Formats: sequence, C-alpha cells, structure tokens
Amino acid sequence: MEMPVPNPGVLARKARIVALLRKVLPEDAVIDDPTATRAYECDGLTAYRCPPLAAVLPRTTEEVAAVLKICHAEGVPVVPRGSGTSLAGGALPTADSVILGVARLRDVLETDYDNRFIRVQTGRTNLSVTGAVEADGFFYAPDPSSQLACAIAGNIAMNSGGAHCLKYGVTTNNLLGVTMVLMDGTVVKIGGAHMDAGGLDLLGVICGSEGQLGVVTEATLRILPMPEGARPVLIGFDSNEVAGACVSDIIKAGILPVAIEFMDRPCIRATEAFAKAGYPDCEALLIVEVEGADAEIDTQLALIREIALRHDPVEFRESKSAEESAKIWLGRKSAFGAMGQINDYMCLDGTIPVSELPYVLRRIGEMSKDYGLDVANVFHAGDGNMHPLILFDANKPGDLELCEAFGADILKLCVEVGGCLTGEHGVGIEKRDLMHAQFSTADLEAQMRVKDVFDPSWLLNPAKVFPLDASATRRAA
Amino acid sequence: MQPRTEAELAEAVRGAAGPLRICGGGTRGIGRVVPGELLSLAGISGISLYEPGALTLVAAAGTPLEEIEAALAAEGQMLAFEPMDHRVLLGSFGVPTIGGVVAANVSGPRRVSAVGACRDALLGVRFVDGSGQVIKNGGRVMKNVTGYDLSKLMAGAYGTLGVLSEVALKVLPRPEAETVLTIAGLDAGQAVKAMAAALGSPYEVTGAAYDPARGVHMRVEGLRASVQYRARELAALLAGFGTVALEEDRGASAALWQQIRDVERLAPHQVVVRVSMKPSDLPVILQDVGAGDDYLADWGGGLLWIAASETDGPALLENLQQFCARSGGHATLVKAPEAMRRSLRSFQPEPAALAALTAGLRARFDPRGILNPGLME
Ligand SMILES: Cc1cc2nc3c(=O)[nH]c(=O)nc-3n(C[C@H](O)[C@H](O)[C@H](O)COP(=O)(O)OP(=O)(O)OC[C@H]3O[C@@H](n4cnc5c(N)ncnc54)[C@H](O)[C@@H]3O)c2cc1C
Repeated sequence: MEMPVPNPGVLARKARIVALLRKVLPEDAVIDDPTATRAYECDGLTAYRCPPLAAVLPRTTEEVAAVLKICHAEGVPVVPRGSGTSLAGGALPTADSVILGVARLRDVLETDYDNRFIRVQTGRTNLSVTGAVEADGFFYAPDPSSQLACAIAGNIAMNSGGAHCLKYGVTTNNLLGVTMVLMDGTVVKIGGAHMDAGGLDLLGVICGSEGQLGVVTEATLRILPMPEGARPVLIGFDSNEVAGACVSDIIKAGILPVAIEFMDRPCIRATEAFAKAGYPDCEALLIVEVEGADAEIDTQLALIREIALRHDPVEFRESKSAEESAKIWLGRKSAFGAMGQINDYMCLDGTIPVSELPYVLRRIGEMSKDYGLDVANVFHAGDGNMHPLILFDANKPGDLELCEAFGADILKLCVEVGGCLTGEHGVGIEKRDLMHAQFSTADLEAQMRVKDVFDPSWLLNPAKVFPLDASATRRAA
Repeated sequence: MQPRTEAELAEAVRGAAGPLRICGGGTRGIGRVVPGELLSLAGISGISLYEPGALTLVAAAGTPLEEIEAALAAEGQMLAFEPMDHRVLLGSFGVPTIGGVVAANVSGPRRVSAVGACRDALLGVRFVDGSGQVIKNGGRVMKNVTGYDLSKLMAGAYGTLGVLSEVALKVLPRPEAETVLTIAGLDAGQAVKAMAAALGSPYEVTGAAYDPARGVHMRVEGLRASVQYRARELAALLAGFGTVALEEDRGASAALWQQIRDVERLAPHQVVVRVSMKPSDLPVILQDVGAGDDYLADWGGGLLWIAASETDGPALLENLQQFCARSGGHATLVKAPEAMRRSLRSFQPEPAALAALTAGLRARFDPRGILNPGLME
C-alpha cells in the first residue's frame, strides 16, 4: 500500500514538537519513546504498520484544542484514534504524524430518559454506552460486532453499523449532536438534543468522514427503550438463490425483522467445526430475528414460517427459549473467530442490491477458483451488506497481494451491480485507491471540497479515503 | 427555464447569467424570497427504479410526490417519513415533487420513532452544483459509507448547494393496522410527560403530538395483533394522566395524523414559526416566549408550530430564535407574508464558527452564488 513520503521537515523537528506538546499536556499524556509509540503503529488492518512521530492522550476538549493548535502551527499531520479497531486502516499513522487518541475521554456527561438521549465523551466504548442506560430499560442501537472494544469516536468517524441496523439504522441515524475540534483548534458544537439540523446538515457529513474534518470529543446519542424480547429462527436452504428469494419475500410481506443474517456453505462448515452450534450442512443459512412481546414474536415467526415453507427449506428451527436463541446465534457470532482458526483472512465489506445476491455469490465462487483462494460468505442479508472472507496464508510470499487483488475484484463487482465499496467499515487506506471505480473525478472533487472547508491545510488524517493521486495537490499545498 | 434532462439542467446552470430560483412544485415557499430566473424541475420526472423486495425507490427530482406514493401504495409500501403537504398550511398551489421534499428535508410525525427523518431514508442523490457539474453521491443500497455523505448535506440545503436531479430512497411496508390513543384535557407540561412515558416504553409509538384544544395523541402501528396488544398496554401505562380513548379505525387514524402532519389547525393564521428543540423544553418555551395565537406540537414535544398575526410575528420569531440560541434548537419562519419574508431572517442565525463553515461550503459548491442565493438567511 502506497503512503505519502513523510515530511522530512516535520521528522527533523520531532524534539521541538514533542516539547511544545508537553507544555500543554500532563507528562503521561505525551508518548514519544519509539518502543512506546509502537503500540499505535496499526489498527485492525494489521497488515500495514508504521509507528507515529508521537502519540498524545488528552483528557479534555480543551487539551485536544491545545494539541491541534500546536500541530496546525507546526504543520504536523494528525491522525485521530478511538480504540484502533478499524478494519480499513483508518487509524494507521504516517511517520510524520501525531496520533491523537481519545481513549481517556470516557465520561458519561448527561443521561436524559424523558428526552431519550445520552451525552458522552467519545472515547467511551460502544457497549458501555448501552451499559450506562440498560438498567433503566434503554439501549444505544448501533451494535458493531466490535462493540466491546470500539469507541463512539470511531463509530462516528466510520458511521458504523451492526446486526440490528435493519430496523434501527446505523450511527448517523442515531447521532444527534457533537462537540468537535477543528484542525486550527476552534471548538464547534453541532446539533444537540433536538431532532433535526437548523441550517445545513453538517452533522450528516461529519458522520462517516473518517477523522478528516475534525476531532470529535463529545457526542449526543439517541437512546431507545429496550424491546420486551427478541427471538431468532434459523432457516437452511439448498441454494443461495432460494435463500435470497426468501429474504425478499419476508421483507415484502411487511415484517421488519431486526436482523437477517446469511451464511454460505464454506462459512457454515468452518463455524460448525469450531463452535459446534448444530447448524445443518446446507448451501445457505438464514438467521432471522424479530422483536416484541412473546405473543408478538409468535405472530411474526408464524408469518416467517409460512413464507419460508413456500421455499422448501431443508431446515426450519424456531427458538423457544433464551438457550435456543443463544445456540442459533452462536455459530454466526463465532464466524470470524472460526475463520481465524483455520487461516489468515481478509474481511470485505461491499454492499449490493439484495436482488443481485445470487448472481454476486455465483461470480465470487467463480473468481475464487480463478484466484485459487477460498472464500466464505457471511453477511447482513436484509440490507445487502456482504462480508466475504478471503482465506490466505500470510507466510506465503505473494499470497497477501493475491488476496488483495481478489478482494478488489469482488468490490468492483459490488459497484458494477449497483452497490458500493464499503457498507460499514469505511474506506481508510484499504479501499482508497478503488474509489475511482465508484466515483468520477467530479464526485471526488465535491467530497474533497468539504475537507477544504473544514481542514484547509489538509493535516487531519490526510492520506485516507481519497486516492493519493486525487488528493496530491491538496496535500502538497 | 424547464430542462427535460439532467444534461439540460447542467447546461442551464452552467449558462446561467444570474441568480436562479429553483422550483420543484413551488408548494414550499419557505425562507427569504430570492431573486432570479425561475428554474423548474418539473420536466425531469419519473420513477427509474422500484424494487419492493429491496425497499428501494429511485426517482427524478421533479417526480410528483403523488406518483411516488401511488406506486408505493400499489405494493403496500410507503415513504415512512410521511412528508408534510405544505399546501395546506401555506395555502400554496402546485404539485409537490420528491426533489422539493428532499431539498427541504420534510419529515412528518414518524420522525420521533426509529424511522427517523427524510434524510435518514435518503440513500443517494445526483445533483448539479453551482458551476454546472453533475455530481453523484451515495447510491441505491441501504448501507453505504463509501466517501463523504454529501446526500445528507443536500437534504435540507434548499437547493443552495446544488440542484437535485435524482434521489434514491428507502421505503417501508405500510403497517397492517394502526390505532390512536387520545388523552384530553392535559396542559403542555402534562402532555410532554405523557408523551415521554409513551415514547420511553417498549410499545413502539410512531407518533406523539399535542393539540392544546384536543389533547395528546399517540399512534401505534404494525401487525394487527401487535397493535391491539400495544395499545392496551399503553393505555394502562398512561392511565394516570387521564382517560385514554382508543380509535382503532385505520382511516380515522390516518386522517388525524395527516392533519397533524400538515399542521392544518394553524392554516388560518398569517404567520407560523416552526421550532425544533428538546421535547421537555415545550412548556418552558410556552412560558418564556408565550403561546402565540395558537400552536401545535409534534415529535413528543420536540417540534412546535406556533402562530401569530402579522403585527406580532416579527417579535415572536425574534424571541423564539433567542430562546433557541440560549437553550438549543432552532426556529424557522415557515409562513409569512412576502414583505416579512424579505425583511426577516427566516432561519436561525448560527454561531460564528458554524456560520463560517456554512459560508465556506456555499462558496465551494456554488462559487458564483447563483443557487437560491440568500434563501437560508
Ligand atoms: C472483530 C471486529 C468486528 C467488527 N465489526 C464491525 C461491525 O459489525 N460493524 C462495523 O461497522 N464495524 C465493525 N468493525 C470495524 C470497527 O470496529 C469500526 O469501524 C469502529 O467504529 C472503529 O472504532 P474505533 O474506536 O476502534 O476507531 P479507530 O480504529 O481508532 O479509528 C477509526 C477511524 O475513526 C477516526 N477517529 C477516531 N477517533 C476520532 C475522533 N475522536 N474524531 C474524529 N475521528 C476519529 C480515525 O482517524 C479512523 O479514521 C469491526 C472490527 C473488528 C476488529
């Protein structure tokens, strides 16, 4: 992966920059020792690593502003960081950058059940936001699988989704306001506890901007009352086409499940060997979850059963209890772990129109043969967000490159059928150079204009999202 | 000007010698009255893709809303954000278009539920910027984080950053049943508490409005058995607030929510201001600023429509905008005689740092300042 050449002027001034940062932060909040900065050399995309010039861990919005003012004046690139779980390399440093970690900003500032919001500092983990309100019967809806570790900061930057977003939406649909520090140290407050934007919807463009517009230090999030209950069904089919048709029929019937997850045979086999969830050995498997009171769940599941039986499933297993539900989810939840046991894998994240599902799965199968690399598919079928896992051997020379080429072909296929490169993981460095496949020069220009306004000197996370050739003149200016 | 294709639209904008007044159906004359040549989108019309099984619809910006709603109804689906028909309140004429709905981010009573606003249903856009460049953003799929979300930026920009040519929307199944619960005789303070109790319950309330003359209305929707169950549970939960009346007839419920959506009650008034705020601020604002000549609250109290005479209008708007500057939220002049729309700031003034960002975006998306110039000031 190509990265810009580090600015030699910045590298040469390391001592001065660190000394300036120490003036505005407590001693333990500035890390510049080369062994210690190694802790920040990568995120969840571990194939790419580069220790930063330094890392800082401020405790307040004011400290964040002070850091940014210095970096702005000194012309030092800044890479914001939450928990470092990005799978796209969004938090990958460059050698001339300062990592600005928000991990120490983790307080709950306000909970308001009457108005159904919570205000938190953004270093707080996703799961602990729900943790702060669940005793009172509320939850924060976006639930990425990484929710134990990932921070609200990263969720906002990546506009993260989760298994339940079919019903509740992704981060952007649950974000009401932010406090954000611009690269020049200006603190802005956007949105709040009210439900829509007053002027332009700046919040809408900040969410998903991958740390390129400002450092978000506080967030006002919508919280929702917890449903009375939830239960899944597991449905097995002997063809992907039929499973896809069943998904479409469920949606058309007017039932809105909270989740519809899909696994194909290679994925079922791998997870079965690992987790022993008792899944049927079939071509395609759906897990459909619905919510409500017990009787409401029964009604919805009866409807789903009726639809599924029309498609001749090889198995229809309805959960009747918490244990049965856990068992149905067990395999799906351990899918990534299971793949990790067998092999190194790369997890893709393209989205396709759901009607293209059978075609895309068939094409992926064909490409898998051509490349000689196995693929397992697990994804959010209700919204077409696919997660093909390509298996490769990191120790075998050339295998990573082969895997990346295969991945790029799959993502281009997603775009070709009317979908997109990334549904929830973000562009980062991973899909940066594929952006030309989805966007014209004018489309990319329009997006970069937004960065020109928020960060005219292009110092915030500059080597991400946009193809390096497209952003070159701006980064050099 | 009335271009018939996106290419003609781009040509028209590129060739424009002066300001353009962008017009979908012309039913939503909101904001400062802008000068300029009329640019009508009515010629760029039609649904280009509708996949009920994928809950997606793509249409040209000038497509009449009615055409879209009819196509959806035929498949038992709907625009879940139930956009208001401004003709009722504003007394305007014309054919509302989907582009106008998106440009004004028009969102009805379901905003308060998980469904969200118009911008939450927007999957992608195509638009022409102020230099006449065609730009696309987002797409037609439900989940998409590829690049910056300019679609959201376009929703609610009233055409000031670009002229929409096409929009892609997420649609939802029409619920099989709906029921309204009404509690009469509550004051605004009690009403907000009752609505908070309902919205904080697991019974999935999809509408919560307060009409000082009629009381609090709350809506539940979904499968018939579910609606019956939830309405019963809600009625029990809310019993402490007063007698709960149930209306289970779907037509009657739909008619009521349409009146609320369209703010029909305030139609006779000359001046109407729309305030978006924290729901629990409703009684506070009514106390501090006054209740105007009449008002109606939606979104659990988070959306206030407040009416005044032509004489009192300017002071009311000023006081509401000051309240919002202190306590959060924003107040917009939605209905007023043209003279007033020329002299007053229709939109809430922004703090300096945000105003600078807004001005910066306008300068880059519309460098000549020709797209509805000044409308949002
Ligand atoms: C096992 C696993 C499962 C996952 N499952 C999901 C899933 O189901 N759904 C999903 O959407 N994602 C998933 N992810 C991806 C990842 O967890 C999300 O992208 C997450 O939101 C990243 O959060 P983070 O705090 O770790 O951010 P980081 O990795 O630290 O940073 C991510 C991006 O946010 C920016 N950023 C960080 N902090 C700030 C800030 N304060 N202000 C501005 N920008 C900032 C960074 O610069 C970077 O571009 C998964 C990852 C893993 C490892």
